[in-house]
Amino acid sequence: MVTDVQTVPRASHAQRPKSLRRWGPPALRGWTTGDAIFRKACAAIGASIVGLLGLLIYELVRGSRESLEKFGFRFMVDRVWDPVVERFGASTFVYGTVVTSIIALLLAVPLGIGIAIFLVEIAPRKLGAPIGFLVELLAAIPSIVYGLWGLFVLAPIVRDDVAPVLHKTLGFLPFFRGESHGVGMLTAGMILAIMILPFIAAVSRDVLAAVPTTQREASLALGATKWETIRNVVLPYGRAGIAGAVVLALGRALGETMAVTMVIGNNPQIAASLFEPGYTMSSVIANEYAEASGTVYLAALTEIGLLLFVVTFAVNGFARVLIWRMARERRA
Amino acid sequence: MSLVRFAVVVAGAALLAVSCKSSSSAAGGGGGNVSINGAGSTFIYPVMSKWSSEYQKVSPTTQINYQSIGSGGGIRQLIAHTVQFGATDGPMTDEQLKEAKGPVFHVPLVMGAVVPTYNLPSLAHAIKFTPDALAGIYLGTIKTWNDPKLTADNADLNLPATPIVVVHRSDGSGTTYVWTDYLSKVSPEWKSKVGNATSVNWPTGLGGRGNEGVSGTVRQTPGAIGYVELTYAMQNKMPAGEVKNRAGSFVTPTIDAVTSAAAGAIATLPDDLRYSITDSPGDKAWPISGTTWAVVYKDMPAGPERTAVVSFLRWALHDGQKFCAALDYAQLPPELVAKAEAKLDQVEPPKK
Repeated sequence: MVTDVQTVPRASHAQRPKSLRRWGPPALRGWTTGDAIFRKACAAIGASIVGLLGLLIYELVRGSRESLEKFGFRFMVDRVWDPVVERFGASTFVYGTVVTSIIALLLAVPLGIGIAIFLVEIAPRKLGAPIGFLVELLAAIPSIVYGLWGLFVLAPIVRDDVAPVLHKTLGFLPFFRGESHGVGMLTAGMILAIMILPFIAAVSRDVLAAVPTTQREASLALGATKWETIRNVVLPYGRAGIAGAVVLALGRALGETMAVTMVIGNNPQIAASLFEPGYTMSSVIANEYAEASGTVYLAALTEIGLLLFVVTFAVNGFARVLIWRMARERRA
Repeated sequence: MSLVRFAVVVAGAALLAVSCKSSSSAAGGGGGNVSINGAGSTFIYPVMSKWSSEYQKVSPTTQINYQSIGSGGGIRQLIAHTVQFGATDGPMTDEQLKEAKGPVFHVPLVMGAVVPTYNLPSLAHAIKFTPDALAGIYLGTIKTWNDPKLTADNADLNLPATPIVVVHRSDGSGTTYVWTDYLSKVSPEWKSKVGNATSVNWPTGLGGRGNEGVSGTVRQTPGAIGYVELTYAMQNKMPAGEVKNRAGSFVTPTIDAVTSAAAGAIATLPDDLRYSITDSPGDKAWPISGTTWAVVYKDMPAGPERTAVVSFLRWALHDGQKFCAALDYAQLPPELVAKAEAKLDQVEPPKK
């Protein structure tokens, strides 16, 4: 998109003599003073993002220096988090963050895309608008409300209804062993799924709505059914956009703090069963930062922040590479 | 909760901005408006905000701004000299005192208690816990409610074979500090395996965020046990267990029992008042009691600010104590007030 806009003035640039382009009066360069100011301002705003990111990383590294020096790589693999003896390891928190985000995506992606397909392709226009509005409204609910709702409403449902059924039917898998106390990684993933649903649904809806009608008509004209049209024409056309929506949602799931803290059980452990309590990186920062005493303790919490940054970066990068490959395969 | 806290901080900042403006303009006119800033414990916040509004009636020229950012944050701000006093639920550690520039005094302000609460259907009366039983439950060695260590003192209750689900605070808090301080005193195994701090490496259980997170999880989980502040348990009408104290009697948690705990320990208090009154020897003492201290620099520079801080804290120790009971805080026993005041006198002697 960005390149498309820029090619227009650049093409007219090239037609002028080089010296004029560079040194001539603004009007001859094809730029008015206003344009020049606007261009510089935009460049500065663009650069500020990079600068902000740089500062953020610098501050995080500086704040976690003591922990980086003391624990080194062990910080990444150690499962013990003991503020009393100042021994800190982050692997349990990384595990919790990744697992809950995966559960959330597994639940929310099919649901979100389904909602989008319904709103764009199936629902009558009169119904589509209010339902779309309701889905977007989900995004406006504060996360603490989700958290308390999760604790008081969802957790008992998971304990009494969801977990026993999963245990009975899928109990041979290591993910559904043991007994659920209500709060745990599964419940946290479910809450996250509800929270990221509006992102996936709303963005996918806009992506699907942007698929040209001619594409659909062409498919239908070839004798394809509605389902075949959606599956073979509409969804592939919007694939990159939908993947973008998923990446956006994933970012939100990785960083969500308050709602997860209320329902995950906050017990740093690596357990295969999703009924077991876990702990996420953002939760431990939110839980312990205010009362943390001692410089190593604070540094360890800051390093968790740095690690969360790295994990988010890596997961996002991975998702982007995946999308890029998918798009390339389509073209080939 | 975080929204509320955020609102409080914003309101505090706004007040601060307004009061800075007014005090600077008043200084130009030679007036005596002083605004003092404190930060720390969330536990003391309800009574602190009551105090600051009441104190304004006594001394209209003094404005108290208190931000409840947590004890650890209060200590950090005191060390950074961004507040005139901090408030903390656990005394500062030797390491923190070393970090502070200049000697720091601990002035006890109010007391509170931590109580065990549980979710078992229809019991005739409160469960009686021995120190051994509590430590065993939280260490994960006592796994069901009909364990002999529990039934021995509760023979008439017919405790069920339900598994015990242990719930603890997940956020760092003074409540956890007092709870683990108590368990460390009564159980050598707890002391060596887990220890005492605002957050610890729990051997077992689920973590709930804040009092509401713990009580919510306990209420939602049959067979759960948790610990909350006495004030919270009373205001939300939660069941609270009796605990056997050092004198050997089972005590019901009340604010009077907390005051007794301090009174019982008075003879053995260290000079710097960095005491702990858990497992206090008093006969009626509630064994899991804690204190919130104000922490101030001994060598505050003389001036209207120092006078304001010292007179406010002095007022809180005397007239301020009468607001405690209504908010379910325990008052300091008179002997302790005298000791606390002696500390303030060293910062600035009272005007005759």
